[in-house]
Amino acid sequence: MAESLISIRAVTKTFKLGDQEVRALRGVDMEIPKGAYVSIMGPSGSGKSTLFNMIGGLDLPTSGDVVVEGCRLRDLDSDQLAWFRCHKIGFIFQSFNLVQTMTAQENVAIARTFAGCSYAESMHDAAEVLKRVGLDHRLKHLPSQVSGGQQQRIAIARALVNKPLIILADEPTGNLDLKTGQDIIDLLNEMKQAYGVTIVTATHDMKMVSASDLLARIRDGAIDELLGKDQMNVTIGTIDGESVA
Amino acid sequence: MTDDQAQVRIPRQPPLSWRIVLRVSLAGMQRRMMRSVVTVTCVVLALAFLAYMLVLADITQALVELNDSKLNILLSERGVDIFAATQMDAMTLLLIGLALLTCTVGVANSMLMSVTERVREIGTLKCLGAQDRFIIQSYLVESTLQGLFGAAVGVLLGCAVAVAASSATYPGYVLSSFPTAVVLRSLLASMAVGLFIAVAASIWPAAAAARRRPVDALRVEE
Repeated sequence: MAESLISIRAVTKTFKLGDQEVRALRGVDMEIPKGAYVSIMGPSGSGKSTLFNMIGGLDLPTSGDVVVEGCRLRDLDSDQLAWFRCHKIGFIFQSFNLVQTMTAQENVAIARTFAGCSYAESMHDAAEVLKRVGLDHRLKHLPSQVSGGQQQRIAIARALVNKPLIILADEPTGNLDLKTGQDIIDLLNEMKQAYGVTIVTATHDMKMVSASDLLARIRDGAIDELLGKDQMNVTIGTIDGESVA
Repeated sequence: MTDDQAQVRIPRQPPLSWRIVLRVSLAGMQRRMMRSVVTVTCVVLALAFLAYMLVLADITQALVELNDSKLNILLSERGVDIFAATQMDAMTLLLIGLALLTCTVGVANSMLMSVTERVREIGTLKCLGAQDRFIIQSYLVESTLQGLFGAAVGVLLGCAVAVAASSATYPGYVLSSFPTAVVLRSLLASMAVGLFIAVAASIWPAAAAARRRPVDALRVEE
């Protein structure tokens, strides 16, 4: 396999819920090559989000290692992890998670500010990226004043503004209707080409799966099936009589 | 080991400048005006009371020191002990203490609600690379500004009421023998108390907010 960007090595995660131990991950191994579009599928509670948090440096595995660009996340202290999240990872969430009191432009700019840019620079870069996701006419709008699809576009712009290595998208189309969801998938693909980022998504959405290079099915905290693009046999229905595949 | 070499590539996230923290906090306060108004009102009321009591005591003391026989009768009629007017009685101190305590609890409560409202926001900011330090700084900036503003308004209000009330009670005496230096000292002391309360009351909520791990913060349903 080509040089991998993310190596997940025998990762386990155990949570304590009261006196009960819940094993969210029971030994996951996975190599994600640079520039790939990876979909992780699985029922809720299968450990998808836990795996995501590990890759994003939000949580540490109980045992095993996550290695990104040859760097073991376990070895980083909290300030290094903050830097890692800021420069290397772009997060996209199911519920957008925009700061409600900030305009679209400010929501994107704050990520740039955390990367050490001045206010003026940040606002300038934010406007550029928002333009690329087709929102140049919504810069001064608050999240509550735009549609769900547009909010997710703002979130995508925010994830991209620091030119990260990896986009981690946790069910990015989960709160959107089919058509808008498809637009978001197309946009992610377009941005993957434009910025050369590696995209890792968790999804139930077959449309997203068909766009990906690698599909991991996860069940009960372990990888059930790992399929390359040529091994996937995805059939997709149509929306409004148009094929969406 | 390649791992060790690679580690050098990840620097520490540098802290943000206070100017940026100030800008972010100001924007947040502006758009969450109601919450700020509640906090500021708390400080204004308590500080107006404190300043009123202190300034009134200063003025009374100045009047006693005039040792004017007509004024002394007037003072005695108002129940002022002209031989020991400098000392505040226990009841007054208790009242002031209670007012300040209520103010502290009010500010802390308001700050805690603000933290609870923003748990997800804080989690998101941490995902974007914010450090705990930034969260604490932004809360401290917010409470300092609210404390300064609330204390200034409250202190001026209390002082104005004290001057007006004593002028009405002892017509002709107050302005001619106004103890400017002493009153200024009382006002500054009140300001300091107000600022201290606003900042002290928000340290714990701010620390609680910053300590939350982003994973937990993001899981919170709104």
